[in-house]
Amino acid sequence: MTPTLDAPRFVTTRPLLRAQGVTKSYGGVQALRDVSATVYPGEVLGIVGESGSGKSTFLRCLNLEETPDSGSYTLDLPDVQGNLFELDRYARRMLCATRIGIVYQNPHLGLLMSHSSSGNVAERLLVAGERRFAVLRDKAGAALDASEFPLDRMDAPPSELSGGMQQRVQLAKAIALEPALLLLDEPTTGLDVSVQALVLDTLKRLQRDRRITMVIVSHDLGVIRTLADRVMVMRRGEVVEAGLADQVFQDPQHAYAQQLVHAKL
Amino acid sequence: MTPILDVRGLSKGFTMHHLGTAVSAFDEISFTLRAGEFLLLRGRNGAGKSTLLRTLYRSYLAAEGEINFHSTHGTIDLARAADVDIAYLRRTEIGFVTQFLTARPRVSAEALVAEPLRLSGVAAEEALERARQWLSAFGVKRDLWPAYPTTFSGGEQQKVNLARALILPQRLLLLDEPTASLDAGARRALITRLAELKAGGTAMIGVFHHPGDVATLIDREIDLTPDMGPQEEREDVAV
Repeated sequence: MTPTLDAPRFVTTRPLLRAQGVTKSYGGVQALRDVSATVYPGEVLGIVGESGSGKSTFLRCLNLEETPDSGSYTLDLPDVQGNLFELDRYARRMLCATRIGIVYQNPHLGLLMSHSSSGNVAERLLVAGERRFAVLRDKAGAALDASEFPLDRMDAPPSELSGGMQQRVQLAKAIALEPALLLLDEPTTGLDVSVQALVLDTLKRLQRDRRITMVIVSHDLGVIRTLADRVMVMRRGEVVEAGLADQVFQDPQHAYAQQLVHAKL
Repeated sequence: MTPILDVRGLSKGFTMHHLGTAVSAFDEISFTLRAGEFLLLRGRNGAGKSTLLRTLYRSYLAAEGEINFHSTHGTIDLARAADVDIAYLRRTEIGFVTQFLTARPRVSAEALVAEPLRLSGVAAEEALERARQWLSAFGVKRDLWPAYPTTFSGGEQQKVNLARALILPQRLLLLDEPTASLDAGARRALITRLAELKAGGTAMIGVFHHPGDVATLIDREIDLTPDMGPQEEREDVAV
């Protein structure tokens, strides 16, 4: 029985994100095979799988950093139309700067380490056209505050901050423009347990209070279990199982999904 | 009374890929549940009582059969419904009460209890106020309300869990041994709350180690023990 085949009957809202048939190869290596995902407004989709399963590649496709060999990707937003994989470089950059936020596992990918933390967040606002210094500072401060970053450190560069603090600056930068979609690539990996808990709590609060739609990739099943409404299990570039988070964790159907869940719990 | 749930020919099994085997949990279960009815699931350990509850909630996928839930929006087969519809119904019409609290690090007891109300659109202050009332009703000490339940005893965690699970009235409530590890006061508070919900029309299906705890609420029971023969409704069985 495959319940996800049935179309929604009660939830009439259209999906925010719809990716279909995304396929990508590097040289002779198939990184993604016909990957499809649908995410509704306010939902959190978790993607799990072993290293090399293609989960981060898929996330980079959703952030328009990668162009797949085939497939389509749409966001149901008033001013965004068509297959986003077909957008030119400038349009991609503007869309990612204004409507999609991303938090990388490695803060060096998302932050300018020598700029101030508030400057990193303000940079996102500058791309969107804001030029007034006082507004930039206020909005950067508000985003940092929402990410539970201590405002007395907002002028410190990320290079002087701990890993947990750097993730908060990335998060502040990602949510500064109230993105329609927040992408998170292993946001707590490498952080110690207490800092992990703080980051997870912040994400959960953002999810609850702002209903931000999120796609989160992690090999840490505890993180996915805490945050995700639905889960997609990937292996060797393919989706082998998808369902409600509690169903995938309690009653996995695919042999690999069973192996993954039983190995980690 | 209005039917809430029509279960027809429901079967569940587990395939254990690493062993190359499949195990049946229950076969061909059928029953109907109406508004305000309380159905007790009986059976020895391993008979599939909790598995049936989880299958109805869609934490487990059914192998065969239908779970027709008569929602306020119309009838839907929970065994085949889209994930988003299930998630929506869990927020609005179907509740599941277990004996285990899923506490989250650095989230206070009162915030955890208030969360279902917040998600359903109740303002933060009002949600917190109602959460405190329920924590009080279940006998959680006032000092603990702003504390993190990860550090609480099993019994205190269970009280927080019940307050959270029962704060929002549902049309269908699935109860998986909710009285386990509760003291007498909390057990009384639970029974009182369940009676209120039942009188308000909530249909309930429950598994209880000590069914005597809820004897006054039970309308019917089903025994899932395999040697009880074909699974059928047994109405008006005294507990």
